[in-house]
Amino acid sequence: MADDKSNAAAYWSANVRLITGCLIVWALVSYGCAILLRPLLAGIPVGGTDLGFWFAQQGSILTFIGIIFFYSWKMNRLDKKFGLGE
Amino acid sequence: MSQFAINLLFVGASFALYIGIAIWARAGSTKDFYVAGGGVHPITNGMATAADWMSAASFISMAGLLASGGYANSTFLMGWTGGYVILAMLLAPYLRKFGKFTVPDFIGDRFYSNTARLVAVICLIVASITYVIGQMTGAGVAFSRFLEVSNTWGIWIAAFIVFLYAVFGGMKGITYTQVAQYVVLIIAYTIPAVFIALELTGNPIPGLGMFSTHTASGVPLLEKLDDVVNALGFRDYTADVDNKLNMVLFTMSLMVGTAGLPHVIIRFFTVPKVADARWSAGWALVFIALLYLTAPAVGSMARLNLMTTVYPDMAGQVENYEEAANNPIRYEERPEWVRTWEETGLIQYEDKNNDGRIQVYNDGNEAFADTAEQRGWNGSELNVNNDILVLANPEIANLPSWVIGLIAAGGIAAALSTAAGLLLAISSAVSHDLIKTMINPRITEKGEMLAARISMAGAILLATYLGLNPPGFAAQTVALAFGIAGASLFPVLMMGIFSKRMNNVGAVAGMLSGLVATLLYIFTYLGWFFIPGTNTLANTPDNWILGISPLSFGAVGAMINFAVAFSVSRVTKEPPQEIQDLVESVRYPKGAGMAVDH
Repeated sequence: MADDKSNAAAYWSANVRLITGCLIVWALVSYGCAILLRPLLAGIPVGGTDLGFWFAQQGSILTFIGIIFFYSWKMNRLDKKFGLGE
Repeated sequence: MSQFAINLLFVGASFALYIGIAIWARAGSTKDFYVAGGGVHPITNGMATAADWMSAASFISMAGLLASGGYANSTFLMGWTGGYVILAMLLAPYLRKFGKFTVPDFIGDRFYSNTARLVAVICLIVASITYVIGQMTGAGVAFSRFLEVSNTWGIWIAAFIVFLYAVFGGMKGITYTQVAQYVVLIIAYTIPAVFIALELTGNPIPGLGMFSTHTASGVPLLEKLDDVVNALGFRDYTADVDNKLNMVLFTMSLMVGTAGLPHVIIRFFTVPKVADARWSAGWALVFIALLYLTAPAVGSMARLNLMTTVYPDMAGQVENYEEAANNPIRYEERPEWVRTWEETGLIQYEDKNNDGRIQVYNDGNEAFADTAEQRGWNGSELNVNNDILVLANPEIANLPSWVIGLIAAGGIAAALSTAAGLLLAISSAVSHDLIKTMINPRITEKGEMLAARISMAGAILLATYLGLNPPGFAAQTVALAFGIAGASLFPVLMMGIFSKRMNNVGAVAGMLSGLVATLLYIFTYLGWFFIPGTNTLANTPDNWILGISPLSFGAVGAMINFAVAFSVSRVTKEPPQEIQDLVESVRYPKGAGMAVDH
């Protein structure tokens, strides 16, 4: 029972760590590159405009898809590793 | 065959398909009705979620908003997609593991309180109904334009169709119908976009085309667009915005609103396993992204096409934009699509300086007023409603008439699929959470389904009635729906999973304070209960606290909700042991299959 508990706790903290990492990337591309950091990225040209604009209208959406699939893949491995999957 | 007959054929054929599917997949049990028997494949579910999610606002309005606002309106693109990341990581898998039918189910059980359940039901119903009103209005406009009937008839036809398949099909019917609707709407959206991208840039992928070279001028498309709009006194299409705080908060409101909207969350109850809920969110976003990556291209290209239609000299290589601006098109020579849409009143022309030509420019720009006067211009003469852009796109690009029929079917599919999903969320909140759980637990399965169908019919009637007499600001009402869902439901759902210490009192206090704060801020600027003229302060940026628009306030409401719930729960009794065990069990996928039965 104690083992089960510590196993479950380890699984949960691994999940929370993974979520935190993913959310940092999520915030960085949308609120960061596309909005707040856009003036800093103004020097990097992308097809007639700058990188910040590209992130706002294409890049952040593509990154969002990447994040969800990465998280799902990683969580499936965690489920197996900790024996808590279905 | 006339255009009318073609529209009728496409819209009619797509309806026959939806109704056929609804009959084929009709619900046999309450579980079928609410969560499609819990056996929907993640890709299928993702596609249905995408159709459910993308409403008339995404299909019809968004590209027009991007065209007029440029970079500043990227908030819609990021806000309405970024919410899925939060959903996939913070809510969907755990709510699936919890294994009940509805969002108030989770809130009521997790916070061991019927008060919490009731507050959740109220938030859900208010958010969903405001959203449905917008859909009914949108569907009504599309019907009246393409079927050439009055707006009132358009809305009633829409109500009848929604009633048929939502009421008889339930979730099982809706899921498969929505798959068909997704296919129809995505084809309708992308075909004209591909043709236009090819025509302007030679690149068949619209999302890439908008960042490549404009063939006619040899300049990158966005640079060309900036030059053109600049010559007419508009802000650069790609110009940065000054109020970054408001832009961040608006994006955040749309994101938490997405994650808190019950008709989207309910989707993740329909997959067989917890892992599937995660994949399903990913697939949903892939299918949504097909449209969302295309929309900015549609917006920018339509804006360029519109401007070069009016100023033909600006279309190719331009040495001198001053000269090019002096030679706008004659009204008599306007293209056919302008004539067609003029008949609907959504494009209006007024020859203010009596020169027989069409001048379009930014007459609100004081710095540009002198230039305009020198050119003999007396105000912008063409008034184009943003919402027609997507619908008119095939006509602007001279595409064959079957494409126009297709886009009619697509726009209607987008509005109807979302309305159906929302109605399902409303009906299950009433029949399941209110009647079965709180009022009469001994109701039979048959009685529960009857109650669900009656409440659905009631919601359709109410939404149709309000759609016939819209409050007058559809965009604000949709944003209000997001604000309510984001500020009331999302924080409590998240804390219910991530904080074992969160208790009943904290959750109720959090939901109420988030909801009330958001409503107060919105009513202050937009009128109390949306009655025009009753607003306390004028709705202008100077009056907004810290420059935060009422539409962006959902994010602040959510923060208030978090803060209040957290503080209150710390000074009140911690949840009983069995609730802490429940939270524990929700966190691990193991055993989700068993939890489904109710």
